[in-house]
Amino acid sequence: MLRFIFTRLSLVIPTFFGMTLLAFFLIRLVPGDPIETLAGERGIDAVRHATLLKEYGLDQPILTQYGIYISKVLHGDLGKSIITQEKVMTEFLALFPATIELALCAMVFALLIGIPAGILAAVKRNSFLDHGVMGVSLAGYSMPIFWWGLLLILLFSVKLDLTPVSGRISVQYFIEPTTGFLLIDSAMSDQKGAFISSLSHLILPTVVLGTNPLAVIARMTRSAMLEVLGEDYVRTARAKGLSQLRVVSVHALRNAMIPVVTVIGLQIGVLFTGAILTETIFSWPGVGKWLIEAISRRDYPVLQGGMLLLGVIVMSVNLLVDITYGIINPRIRHTP
Amino acid sequence: MSALHSTAVIQNQAKVEKPIKEFWRYFRANRGAVFGLCIVLFVVAVAVFAPWLAPYPPNLTDNTVFLSPPAWQAGGSSAHWLGTDAIGRDLLSRLIFGARLSLVIGLAVVVISVILGTVLGLLAGYVRGIFEIAVMRMMDIILTLPSLLLAIVIVAILGPGLMNAMLAVAIVVLPHYVRITRAAVITETSRDYVTAARMTGASHWRLMVSEILPNCMAPLIVQASLGISTAILDAAALGFLGLGAQPPSPEWGTMLADAREFVLRAWWVVTFPGLAILVTVLAFNLLGDGLRDAFDPKLKR
Repeated sequence: MLRFIFTRLSLVIPTFFGMTLLAFFLIRLVPGDPIETLAGERGIDAVRHATLLKEYGLDQPILTQYGIYISKVLHGDLGKSIITQEKVMTEFLALFPATIELALCAMVFALLIGIPAGILAAVKRNSFLDHGVMGVSLAGYSMPIFWWGLLLILLFSVKLDLTPVSGRISVQYFIEPTTGFLLIDSAMSDQKGAFISSLSHLILPTVVLGTNPLAVIARMTRSAMLEVLGEDYVRTARAKGLSQLRVVSVHALRNAMIPVVTVIGLQIGVLFTGAILTETIFSWPGVGKWLIEAISRRDYPVLQGGMLLLGVIVMSVNLLVDITYGIINPRIRHTP
Repeated sequence: MSALHSTAVIQNQAKVEKPIKEFWRYFRANRGAVFGLCIVLFVVAVAVFAPWLAPYPPNLTDNTVFLSPPAWQAGGSSAHWLGTDAIGRDLLSRLIFGARLSLVIGLAVVVISVILGTVLGLLAGYVRGIFEIAVMRMMDIILTLPSLLLAIVIVAILGPGLMNAMLAVAIVVLPHYVRITRAAVITETSRDYVTAARMTGASHWRLMVSEILPNCMAPLIVQASLGISTAILDAAALGFLGLGAQPPSPEWGTMLADAREFVLRAWWVVTFPGLAILVTVLAFNLLGDGLRDAFDPKLKR
């Protein structure tokens, strides 16, 4: 087991360095030199340009620059935002809980609906229900979620006036962040209606962000269930006279969940991709919106740091999923 | 007994079909796939005949009708079936011309990534060694980063625009093609026919291009057809974020970005471009699923 973990870890390290290389050199591709970019349209005189070049270490050879960069990254220093002069790491950590809260809710939503729908479709194979679930799932998989968000706003916020259009909570409430998860913070606060307000702000973004994973999970659960339902041990369970419910929920489901767990792990990258769009539509103050704003402000350190941080997070989650999978399923451990 | 035997032989002979015919038989049996194919053909026809189908040029503004609703709604007129946008352009005409852009984007992205992916995957699978490790590590890194994020960063650096957006999406989806090609090449290289060709003195080039490559095509075709839908979706997302095709281009995602501020007043400018994206992407997904099933011998039966 330890050896398995070490092999996985040894694969992660080159990926990490590759990512820092990518982040480092992508930013170097920006036309014009970084100091001029920093100065923006105001321009900069030659003397100041030279001092700044020296100050930022940009007069060094490129490999030395990369060396300096990597040592800073390893110390958690991702540079400062050009606009706010705040550390990229600080800004990221302040906004990340909002994204995590949204992503977790979306995942729970996708699991709560996707898994039962997939099971039902498999059990009632080729029925009207099965075709319905698969059709909806295909639509969810093909859905441009930025449009889906606008449609839901059109229907629920504009026509029916049920949910708010944007933000995390009504402006009348001020919640001191303790956990960073507004749903928990507002529930713990003594302000009446704060929890309901944050919940109602969360509903539409959750549905929008959860749509793609929901479709994938429903499809995956269905096909995993179909495979398992044909196995001998399921037939044995049936032959013993167990009820359909028990056969499906105990004997089949447990085994069908193994591939589904992997898919869930892989959805984390999809969630971050979706979060960028969802947060933009709903003005959700998370890292996705922050990154998009960084682009329009040409705030390259934020872009570089944000990309690296999200990459590292996805990589770590993938590693965790891999290891968990190895623990659940010993067969994986022994194949290189 | 002998009569029975001979009918069996005849049946066996009848079963040997030309591959393309057999493929079509399996494909045709899949109703969803045929439906997808029909929609795809329809979108292609709309794109090809856009100048004749569209009632107006896509960028013609008419300052007498701003945000006019669709024909069937109160206040709508039959001059503009699906209504007009904020500066009086005919929505239907823009959608029709937008079909051209979406198809071109989908095809261009897939062509770029298939060519690059095949070359890299073929070399990685054939040459092996340090080159393979370097290429595959690079692909792992691209796969690890959230796809849209990487595309956004690339476009942010190269500058917004349709060409750069297509390039960015092509880079982001590249790992899938490289992985598929490499896996297929490794399997095929160990087959007897390759060894036989090598024994007869075939050059590396010949082995790679005319022996191995043709036998790796099926999974690539499937991935390419599914890849068109991803490409259209991602490029539309970039357009929506203001990083793809730039206004006044009638790209569907860009049209949605323009329409966002009118979501409270004019449902049609928001609804139709998105519907066009959904239907097109859905059709390519159905088609891709059908192709995969028809190509995959494990599912035949």
